[in-house]
Amino acid sequence: MVIKLDESKTHIISALVLNKPGVLQRVAGLFTRRGYNIENITVGTSEQENLARMTIIAKGDEKVLEQITKQLNKLIDVIKVRDLDPDITVKRELCLIKVHTSTEKNRSEIIQYANIFRGRIIDVSPETLTIEITGSPEKIEALIDLVRTFGIKEIARTGPTAISRGNKTI
Amino acid sequence: MKGGEAIIKSLMDQGVETVFGYPGGVLLPLYDVLYDSDLRHILVRHEQCAAHAADGFARASGKVGVCIGTSGPGATNLITGIATAYMDSSPVLAIAGQVATGLIGNDAFQEVDTIGITMPITKHNYQAMKADEIPGMIRSAFYIASTGRNGPVVIDLPKNVQEEEFEYELAKDIELPGYKPTMKGHPLQVKKAAKMIMNSKKPVILAGGGIILSDASKELLRFSNMIHAPVTTSLMGKGSIPEDNLLSLGMLGMHGRKTSNLIIDDCDCLISIGCRFSDRTTGSLTEFAKNAKIVHIDVDPAEIGKNVDVDVPIVGDAKIILNDLINVVGKAKDENKNHSVWLKHVIDFKNTCMPRLSFDDIPLKPQQVIKELSEAIDDDTIVTTDVGQNQMWMAHYFTSRNPRKFISSGGLGTMGFGFPAAMGAKIAMPDNDVVAVCGDGGFLMVCQDLATVKEYDIPVVICVLDNRRLGMVSQWQKLFYNKRMSYTDLGQSPDFVKLAESFGVSAERVEKPGEMYETVKKAIRSDEPYLIDVVIDPDEILPMVPAGCGLTEIVGEYKVERETPGEILYKPIGTDKSGD
Repeated sequence: MVIKLDESKTHIISALVLNKPGVLQRVAGLFTRRGYNIENITVGTSEQENLARMTIIAKGDEKVLEQITKQLNKLIDVIKVRDLDPDITVKRELCLIKVHTSTEKNRSEIIQYANIFRGRIIDVSPETLTIEITGSPEKIEALIDLVRTFGIKEIARTGPTAISRGNKTI
Repeated sequence: MKGGEAIIKSLMDQGVETVFGYPGGVLLPLYDVLYDSDLRHILVRHEQCAAHAADGFARASGKVGVCIGTSGPGATNLITGIATAYMDSSPVLAIAGQVATGLIGNDAFQEVDTIGITMPITKHNYQAMKADEIPGMIRSAFYIASTGRNGPVVIDLPKNVQEEEFEYELAKDIELPGYKPTMKGHPLQVKKAAKMIMNSKKPVILAGGGIILSDASKELLRFSNMIHAPVTTSLMGKGSIPEDNLLSLGMLGMHGRKTSNLIIDDCDCLISIGCRFSDRTTGSLTEFAKNAKIVHIDVDPAEIGKNVDVDVPIVGDAKIILNDLINVVGKAKDENKNHSVWLKHVIDFKNTCMPRLSFDDIPLKPQQVIKELSEAIDDDTIVTTDVGQNQMWMAHYFTSRNPRKFISSGGLGTMGFGFPAAMGAKIAMPDNDVVAVCGDGGFLMVCQDLATVKEYDIPVVICVLDNRRLGMVSQWQKLFYNKRMSYTDLGQSPDFVKLAESFGVSAERVEKPGEMYETVKKAIRSDEPYLIDVVIDPDEILPMVPAGCGLTEIVGEYKVERETPGEILYKPIGTDKSGD
C-alpha cells in the first residue's frame, strides 16, 4: 500500500494533559527528540479539574502527523490527543503591540487602525500606545504590518489556541 | 512509617526479592532500612552494572528488575543501562537518590536533573516529593513497566522524603487515566489479515522480541505450522522459535542468515509480530520485502507505519492476536492455508546454505568456538552476549531453542552489557546455567564486577572472545574504510586469566579446537564464577549487508556446510507452479 503523503502542512493538535509539573517538558522534549517541527505551543487550564489543554501548531506531512499523535498518546500524562480539522476549528491568538507615537496625528491614526481591527488601547504614555488585539494569526499579522511604519517598540503574542466548532469535543 | 521503609515494603509487596544497587550520600536513609530488611541487595561495583543486571534479571524471568543508584553520578551511571532497557522494551525499575527537596535546583552537591535526563529514555518517570506518594508510585511504576509495551521507569527519591514519617496506607487502585494499552486486536483487522495470509502464495513470519515479551512462542509455532510459513526473527526475537525447527530460518538483517535475507526478498506476504522494523533488521527500506503485502502486529501503535508502510496493522498483544488468527485461519479450508510447496522450496534452499561451523584452525575460528559451546551447554542454559562481532557471531551461528534464553542488547547496542546481564539472569533463574559471551573490549568496560560475582558467589561462565580488537568496528574499517584501522587495536594487555584470578575468580585460556567444549563443561560443573579467555582469529569477518543496502546485497564470503564450492544462487519459486 502506498500512503499518499501531503505536502508539509500546518496542523493544529489539541491535547488534554494532566495539569502537573513536567508535562510541558515531556511534550516539548518529545518534539525535539523525534525531530518534529513545532511552531507554537500554548497551555492553559481546561474545563476539567486537574487537566490542562495544550494547543500545538506543528508542520509535517500526514505520516509525521500520525507519528506525532501516536507518540504524544504514549506519554502517560497525556490523556487525549486530536488533530483538529482546520475547516471546523476556531483559532484565536492574543497579541499586545506597543507602538511608538511621535505626533498627535500618528496617535489618532493608530487608534483608528486598532478600532478597525476591533483592538483596544490598553495603555497610553506620552510616547507610546499599547494595543490589545485578539483574532486569527493572519489578522494579527495584518495589524502588525499596518502599524509597523510608526515604529513598533515591543510585541508579545500568546500563540494561537483552538477549539472545534459546534458540539464536537476531544 | 518512614519513606525509606515504605519503599522497601512496597517493593516487597510487588514480589521483589533482590535488588541491585550502589549506595551514596542521599541514599543513606534508604540503605539504613535495607540493612536489616529481608530484601536482598547485591552490591555491584558500578551502577551501570546494577542497571544491566536488573535488565538481565527482567529478560530472563519476565519480572520487573530493580536497580538503585545514588543522586548525581550514581544516577548518570545508571543512564546507559536504562537506555538499553528502553530500546529493548525491558521492564526495569530504577530508583535514583536525589538531594533533599529544599536543595533541588540549587546545584547542590551530587545534584543532577535525573527526571529531565531520563525523560527521553524511560516509559515514565516520577519524582517523589512527599513520603505518602511512595506506595502508589511504586505500584504504578511496576504496572507501567510490565504492561503494554514493557519499558523502564525511574523513581527519583529526595533524601528528606526517605526520612519523612507518614501514615502508611495500602495503595489504592492505580489511577492512570492516560495509560490504557490496547491488548485485544480488532476483530475486523484480524479477519483482514487472515484473508491476506490465505490469499498469499509465499508467506513468511518475522518474529520480534514482542513474541518473547508476551510469552507467545507456542502460539507462534502453532500458527506457522498451520499456514506452512517459515519463521525468521529479529535479534530480539531470537529464541522465540526453536532454531533447529524445520520452519526456522534464523535471524534476518544486516548480519542475518543468507536464507532469511533472500527469502524475505521473495515472499509475497510478510507477517511481522512484535518487531519494530529496526534499520539493522530491514536494511534499505525501499528494498525491504518489496514483493510482499505486510501484516504488522504490535502492542505499540506508534510502531505501526513508523518505518515500514503496512497493509494490515493490528494493534495488540502478540499472544492474544496469534490465538485469534489461529481461530480464524483454523476454520478455513485446508487448501486455503496450505503453503506446503512454498515451505518445501524454502527448506530446500535453507539446506543449501546452512553456515559452516567446523574449523580446525589455530587461532580458533569463532564458528568452532560457538559450536563447541553449543555442544557443552543444555537447552535451558541462558546465554547473554555483549555487542559487536561476538554478538553477531552468536546471533548468526548459535542455535537458540527456547525463549528468554538468548539475551542481548539490541537497540542501543551497549558494549559491556553481557556480563552484568548474565549476573542478573543468574540471580533471577538460579537453576539455569548462565553463560556470558563477551568481546575483550566490552568485558573490559565492566570487569570490575568480577568482584560482585565472587563476593555473592554468582556462578556465571564468562567467555571472552579475545581478538584484541574492537572487532566490529575494525571489520567496517576493513570493508569500507580502506583498511585504515583507526584506534581499533586494543593491544596486548590485560591478561584476562590473571585479571580474573586477581579477583579470586577461576579462569582458563582456550586456544585449540576441542578445548572450548571441555573448559565450558568444567566451568559449569565448578558451580562458581569462571572466566574463559578464548583466543580467536582477529581476521575473521562475518558476512554482512552494508548500511543502506538491500538485504540481498551480502558482502563477504558466506561459508556453508557442503561439499561443492561456489556461489549459492536463489531461484524464486514460480507463483504459477506453487500449487496452493
